[in-house]
Amino acid sequence: MSMSHHSEALAVPDSQTQSHRRLHLKTYLLILVMIIAGPLGNLMLGKGMKNIGKVTTKISSPSELLHVFLRILSSGTIWLGIASLLTFFVAYMLVLSWADYSYVQPASAMAYAVVALLATLLFGEVVSPIRWAGIVVICLGVFVVGRTNPRTTGNP
Amino acid sequence: MFEVLFFSLIVVAGTAGELCVSRAMKEIGEVHDFRPAALIKMLLRVVRVKWMWIGVGFMTVGFFSLLAILSFENVSFVVPVTALGYVAGALGGRFFLGEQVNWRRWAGILLVCVGVTLVVIGKG
Repeated sequence: MSMSHHSEALAVPDSQTQSHRRLHLKTYLLILVMIIAGPLGNLMLGKGMKNIGKVTTKISSPSELLHVFLRILSSGTIWLGIASLLTFFVAYMLVLSWADYSYVQPASAMAYAVVALLATLLFGEVVSPIRWAGIVVICLGVFVVGRTNPRTTGNP
Repeated sequence: MFEVLFFSLIVVAGTAGELCVSRAMKEIGEVHDFRPAALIKMLLRVVRVKWMWIGVGFMTVGFFSLLAILSFENVSFVVPVTALGYVAGALGGRFFLGEQVNWRRWAGILLVCVGVTLVVIGKG
């Protein structure tokens, strides 16, 4: 079976294998954008909101609500977070325009690895061994899913 | 009892929302042009697809269920839910979107479930 597949690939050297490769490449690229932009966006939103402080204890009148709202809108960190989350969502929509959901969803679990890396590298947090073990298992799972065809519906 | 309801809502609504967004994007078809103007045009097309709005509706329900549960439950309780979302997603992909989930993909998804569970336990 692998022989026939091989000779087929030789017979059609450009168009089919090339578009196949391009599909894989742009799927990987967009999932990479997702797993970086998603955690970064959440992180920046969290940071920005913490800078503003506990919202509920501050508001006792509409003018204060407006004040808090304006502070949120004037925070660069929050805008960066929103931009990052928007990037995540557009990348998510784009990749789903051709790739299977049952491929993209498990692959995007790589975000757990990005979160742990950010935690250790940027904030010097200690990530527990169980968590690292989980990340290794996730990577294994994503590797296995990644070896399936990203698109099993529609025109091949 | 309330907890079970909200947990199922998080899994079902969250995953259903993503599945609907996926369906909407399949209706749009494969995007080839990634220039900003083309992306904006694509977004303007998506908002006219009904599945997109059904998806956003589900996601909103899922999000507020999460907020609700976080208000009276410890976060660590969310473990089995997060992992179950991947199984629900694969089933939805198979039966709602007609994707071929072969044994290899199932194996990978189950590994991801185990890994995510470990990560959430390890955070606690």
